[in-house]
Amino acid sequence: MYLQIVEQIRRRIALGDWLSGQEIPSIRALAVSTRVSVITVKRAYLELEHEGVITTRQGKGTFVSENVQLQQDLRDRELDAHLAKAADVGRELGLGIKDLEQRLREVVRKKEGNR
Amino acid sequence: MTTAAIEFRGVSKRYRFFALDDVSFRLEPGQILGFVGPNGAGKSTTIRILMALVRQDAGEVEVLGCRMPEEQVRAKWDVGFVSEEMRLFAGATLDWHLGFVRSFFPGAWDDRYAGRLLQRFHLHREQKVKGLSRGEQVKAALLLALARRPRLLVLDEPTAGLDPVARQEVISELMEVLKDEERSILFSSHNTLDVEQISDQITFIDRGRIVDSGDKEAFLERWRRLSLELPETIALPELPGVVDVARSGQTVVVTANAFDDELPAAYQRAGAEVRDVQRMTLEEIFVATVMHNRKEHGE
Repeated sequence: MYLQIVEQIRRRIALGDWLSGQEIPSIRALAVSTRVSVITVKRAYLELEHEGVITTRQGKGTFVSENVQLQQDLRDRELDAHLAKAADVGRELGLGIKDLEQRLREVVRKKEGNR
Repeated sequence: MTTAAIEFRGVSKRYRFFALDDVSFRLEPGQILGFVGPNGAGKSTTIRILMALVRQDAGEVEVLGCRMPEEQVRAKWDVGFVSEEMRLFAGATLDWHLGFVRSFFPGAWDDRYAGRLLQRFHLHREQKVKGLSRGEQVKAALLLALARRPRLLVLDEPTAGLDPVARQEVISELMEVLKDEERSILFSSHNTLDVEQISDQITFIDRGRIVDSGDKEAFLERWRRLSLELPETIALPELPGVVDVARSGQTVVVTANAFDDELPAAYQRAGAEVRDVQRMTLEEIFVATVMHNRKEHGE
């Protein structure tokens, strides 16, 4: 369950809802507003701190890390996760790397055609 | 060490057909404890002892630092209790009930909070209890307990009989209580979804015994289900932390309660292919715990 919270926070930062250096809600406040237990949010914050996404300053609160690369990093990571999933499905379908590349090209072409 | 909201140490109670056996657990201030067990497991008996409605045969119970049942009067000023069995007066209005409870706790009663809760729960002061649905009665009872802002809330199956929307309304209000770091909640349930969502601590009870207890995240973290593929001619090694192995043909499903990365590695070394490692829901963990425990006790 904490992974869902981690993901939600990453998204908020990636989308720019929470900016770098900005203070984010305390563990207890986020738990109350998302209706998820304090311990789950605590676990998520620890994970994000470990990854360097957020920083807790003793007695001051929790902040989005001052790292301009952050948004880009998060989007990159998101893209990698989607690609990994696509690779898994491709393997299950018995597609080779060439087939996958071809399929991706088609998807991109179709999207561009829609614009 | 801070005073626990609730502490049970080696509590036992014997009835003719049921026994509560050596029950110990602790609830820290500012936390929610989900007390989970099948029907007839001893949840309500434990709660009755906690509320000093029944005296334990052995063991110690402390609630907000007060020994129970000896110091129950002092403890109960600060404990709100709602149980399934509790009934409001059918012929009286909600407003009468609010006044009734307020008269016992004039200092603690928060009338504005009561008004806000009436709104959130879609209840009206003029309504008579006999006109309320089962779900509305549960919400009304909860409102009466919440509005005097007790430091400890003890709720026996608070979400039983509620539809999904009402359940979320109740859960939101319970989380609101937790804004205050000194206030705690114990709630019993066999609805593991509610427990998984809002509990910090989880205690499983079955057949009168505590079968597991701990931090919810740690709970979810140590349980995994592994799908393996293994030729039928190869025996599966017996590894620590594995509570169940189901083998059918080449497919093996392993349930582990002390998972770490070493486990799939060990199976791989033994010649199995690890197809999948999945986290488990609290419901699956609960069922696995109870089944494993019953098997251990040869029941």
